[in-house]
Amino acid sequence: MHADGETILAVTDLCVDVGGRRAIDGVSFSLGKGQTFCLVGESGCGKSLTCRAILGQLPPDIRQVGGTVTLSAAQPGRPRKAPRIAMIYQDSTASLNPVLKVGEQIAEPLRVHFGLSEQAAQKEAMRLIDAVGIADAKRRYHAYPHELSGGTNQRIAIARALACRAEVLLADEPTTALDVTVQAQILDLLAEVQREAGLSVLLVTHDLGVVAEIASDMAVMYAGRIVESGPVSRLFDAPSHPYTEALLACLPTLGEVEGPLAAIPGVVPPLGRRPDGCGFAPRCPRGRDICRAERPPLAGIAGGALVVCHFPLTGAVQ
Amino acid sequence: MTPILQAHGLSKVYQGRRQGLFGKPPALRAVDNVSFDIAAGEAFGLVGESGCGKSTVGRMVSAATQPTAGSVLVDGAPFTRPMPLARRAEVQVVFQDTLGALNPRLSIGRQLVEPLAIHGIGDGDGRKAMAEAKLAEVGLPADVMERYPHEVSGGQRQRIVLARSLGLEPKLLICDEAVSALDVSVQAHIVNLLSELKHKRQLGLLFISHDLRVVNHLCERVGVLYLGSMVEIGPRRILRMPAHPYTRALAGALPAGRPGERRKRIVLSGELPSPLSPPSGCPFHPRCPHATDICRQVKPALRMLDADHGAACHRLEEIAA
Repeated sequence: MHADGETILAVTDLCVDVGGRRAIDGVSFSLGKGQTFCLVGESGCGKSLTCRAILGQLPPDIRQVGGTVTLSAAQPGRPRKAPRIAMIYQDSTASLNPVLKVGEQIAEPLRVHFGLSEQAAQKEAMRLIDAVGIADAKRRYHAYPHELSGGTNQRIAIARALACRAEVLLADEPTTALDVTVQAQILDLLAEVQREAGLSVLLVTHDLGVVAEIASDMAVMYAGRIVESGPVSRLFDAPSHPYTEALLACLPTLGEVEGPLAAIPGVVPPLGRRPDGCGFAPRCPRGRDICRAERPPLAGIAGGALVVCHFPLTGAVQ
Repeated sequence: MTPILQAHGLSKVYQGRRQGLFGKPPALRAVDNVSFDIAAGEAFGLVGESGCGKSTVGRMVSAATQPTAGSVLVDGAPFTRPMPLARRAEVQVVFQDTLGALNPRLSIGRQLVEPLAIHGIGDGDGRKAMAEAKLAEVGLPADVMERYPHEVSGGQRQRIVLARSLGLEPKLLICDEAVSALDVSVQAHIVNLLSELKHKRQLGLLFISHDLRVVNHLCERVGVLYLGSMVEIGPRRILRMPAHPYTRALAGALPAGRPGERRKRIVLSGELPSPLSPPSGCPFHPRCPHATDICRQVKPALRMLDADHGAACHRLEEIAA
């Protein structure tokens, strides 16, 4: 799948139903080893649900009805129960245990999965706290999540993922709740751990600015389906799907202001009112009858991108 | 022409929690001597990290919080409580959380008509027509009146809240992170709508946001707050060509927006210090790459670099060079 290495996580034709209605419809993508892959889209497009399906943590009323999630074979000698996929969330403070010291939350997987002694685990946890860029690790080890800021708690969550020696990190809007200055620090940290610990990162975000900064490949989701995927530079420079193009155009910048911001007319269709054909057809400037009636086929595009559109903006290749 | 809003020397000091039984409660200086004004038809953006005092400034301007010092003049006259209802209607506020701003049990129509009734504007049928006109102004069909807040999308709710505020014909609209919770495609609609409204109605707009990119699109002028102090103020180009090291860092922390392009990164170590124990001298000096002895000792005053651009920094000349 990946020219430059092996695939670590493959999602194939994933389908998830919410209350009997299809919320995720045939989502497929793969994450290369050591790669940062971004899943982009507006609220309600199914990004977070995809993450939870990968973890096998769908809520009881939501069911995976089709497709597979495969993780490549584990390295020999790895403790069987140590989690290979770790997840960090937007609300970092709520994702940690409020009644345990943050240091203990990092030391716990070290003891439980890797058999470190109490003292060795504590020492290693302090090293990890230091490694994720928190000053004064000895003192912070004994802090509770509510005593730390959102940015620091996000660093703790990353340290916890490192403690599990996770191979895949799912990051669901990890910087959305943070100030831009802290967001920049966390993005730097993610890039660093990805490089140094060889972590593969699946980043879910709605911020295309973040995507441009950190990812090599991306997939754009709309109404439960992937509409376009490929290398980030390809999609930014020459988007093939009208939705990708529109999403890029809405992004405000710090550049010179020329007239009003481009906006996409209409709203994301709610579950149960998604059109039969292409999900974006009602809002699409290029939408025609066939778009509303028939689901577009998956087509390859020059530059290693895939697009699902009847009338892509750039020509398909055979 | 007098500006719609003149905020002069606004400060707010809160009493912190008392230390021990006999300790003195510490003073929390949330906002420190902030001044700016907004002309009719102008949008002023107030930016800064969480906890810098942006929202407190908004609350003082809308007379929801009593300033410890300083004055707020709306249309040339003091805007302080107590004041007559008609006067209070001149400043309206729109927040981020639209579900919290609307009553879940009342139809949208009733919520649009209610403020008109309270302020004694129009009669029964007239109010309904007015509400419909305001909905049309924000781009919503009249049949929204029959629906309830949970039945419409977040972007539509923000339009409804805007329509409700406009019903009272305000002179100044305060938007406190009003577009922050919205998806980019919807956010663009609301930003364009606000821009159109301020132009058409000659509305003054105080736009409080942490998103520099949106502020750049909407606001003619910008003020940058750090730990309660205005560190830089000027036309929106200061976001592109900042003078103050903090504005530089804030703008530099934004993702570049294009793959391959690197941020003009200025790493800001650490986070906003606690306003309970603010640093001595310049509030920004512990995180500033240019700090020297004088920065640690003396708090810099806001200096005007040209007619409409000021910055509070001791070392502006050295940094610019």
